[in-house]
Amino acid sequence: MEDMSAYPLEISGDGTPMVSFQKVRKAYGPLVVLDNLDLEVATGEMVSIIGPSGSGKTTVLRMLMTLEQINAGVIYVDGRPLTHMDKAGVLVEATPKHLRARRSDIGMCFQHFNLFPHMTAIQNCMEGPVHVLGLTKAEARDRSEELLELVGMIEKKDQHPSRLSGGQQQRVAIARALAMRPKVMLFDEVTSALDPEVIGEVTNVIRKLVSEHNLTMLMVTHQMGFARDISDRVCFFYDGKIEEQGRPADLFGNPKRERTQQFLSAVKEAV
Amino acid sequence: MSLFEFISQYWPRLLSGTGITVAQFLLSSVVAIILALIFALMKMSSNRLVKGAAVTYIEIFRGTSLLVQLYWIFFVLPLFGLTLEKFTAGYIAIGMNAGAYGAELVRGGIMSVPRGQWEAALAINMSSAKRMWRIILPQAVGIMLPPWGNLLIEILKGTALVSLISVTDLMFQAKQINASTYLSAQIFGTALIIYYIIARFMFTPFMRWFEGFMARKLGKA
Ligand SMILES: Nc1ncnc2c1ncn2[C@@H]1O[C@H](COP(=O)(O)OP(=O)(O)OP(=O)(O)O)[C@@H](O)[C@H]1O
Ligand SMILES: [Mg+2]
Repeated sequence: MEDMSAYPLEISGDGTPMVSFQKVRKAYGPLVVLDNLDLEVATGEMVSIIGPSGSGKTTVLRMLMTLEQINAGVIYVDGRPLTHMDKAGVLVEATPKHLRARRSDIGMCFQHFNLFPHMTAIQNCMEGPVHVLGLTKAEARDRSEELLELVGMIEKKDQHPSRLSGGQQQRVAIARALAMRPKVMLFDEVTSALDPEVIGEVTNVIRKLVSEHNLTMLMVTHQMGFARDISDRVCFFYDGKIEEQGRPADLFGNPKRERTQQFLSAVKEAV
Repeated sequence: MSLFEFISQYWPRLLSGTGITVAQFLLSSVVAIILALIFALMKMSSNRLVKGAAVTYIEIFRGTSLLVQLYWIFFVLPLFGLTLEKFTAGYIAIGMNAGAYGAELVRGGIMSVPRGQWEAALAINMSSAKRMWRIILPQAVGIMLPPWGNLLIEILKGTALVSLISVTDLMFQAKQINASTYLSAQIFGTALIIYYIIARFMFTPFMRWFEGFMARKLGKA
């Protein structure tokens, strides 16, 4: 069998990948969720992660966001270790301070938006720039308005999340993450909690990001059509491993592994 | 003597007593809120020593009588060289006692803020102090206001105990008037009514207003 995990990064061309998981292992007690995971994402690449429930897709993103600690291996972001620190040539476990410094490269959007309910849309976006990056309120407001414009939420900028539909909340959440100017954006099933008729407004924003910005993106999704449309590469996760990965046309059009075929046909039937 | 005549004769003392009671109530509430916040955060600390100190404090102050605590602070602490004026001893004791109960309310409020809020705050790289102060606590306050309303009413009622260390609060004045006039029904009836008016017509409407205010702040109204 051909080793699929060592998929070459043809898209990047410039050497170091933006994100690199190296032999990463994650377990909850006796339950090994991810084992020996190698995954590289090139700068500017859009990688979709698909796979059955419980296969570890969310866990991959959460480890990268430093919401979960890893049990073995190293994650690199932009060529520098995220989960570890380089101490005289030896990698030691990262301190909270190191994590805080390195985490700023990464932004994440969640399935359930998680907007701050006590703040308006624009306050949600300004919170990080003002209280983490130290921008002035005026600078943060300009930046936030620009991004709310980008996601089509400028008219509702003074509304609290409780007054917004799910699709609108998710678009604000995307603006909030972008306001931190991350190098890598993570999307964890950002349309799964939405009514079908508003899914498009969120996917359109992501499309726009792909076409107009050079962000590196990792997206977990159950929307196969969308993943096929916009990804540079699709990774099929099965049981904590990358079972198969490749260009969307290849993976969806001509899956090589039996489990991929089974999964894709099961998904097709469900639609 | 009718109740009206009675009040017109004794109102200056009742008024000054009520003033002291309200002052004791407000000051012990402030002490309770501050201590509750501190001990709730300490109890959630991962540092065992810090956590242990908070657990001990909460256990002791919840597990023993408020009156005994008041006597300890007023009569026993001076033996260790810490003498508090009786007015101060009064609200400190009540505040410390209520703070132990309040700490559990604060902790419960904090823990009932959804996990996603912590994670979203971490995802924009907020420091843990800012996460707590700017994201979690404001939401926790909204959740814990109703039980705090009850606790503060308990504080108000508890202030009557300070009369036992001769703080000249409403209860103290009532007892004094009773001792010189034996008009027990009038004086204690009036005191009951005053406590009830403070709780029901001053404090409760304030809490209603505050709950509405927080609901608006949280974007719920
Ligand atoms: N905090 C946790 N404690 C214990 N087990 C967990 C925890 N979080 C996730 N798991 C387990 O890890 C495995 C992978 O979870 P993960 O959320 O990454 O799956 P997923 O691929 O995102 O699934 P889904 O499509 O349902 O979102 C699952 O078996 C899950 O039950
Ligand atoms: Mg998931």
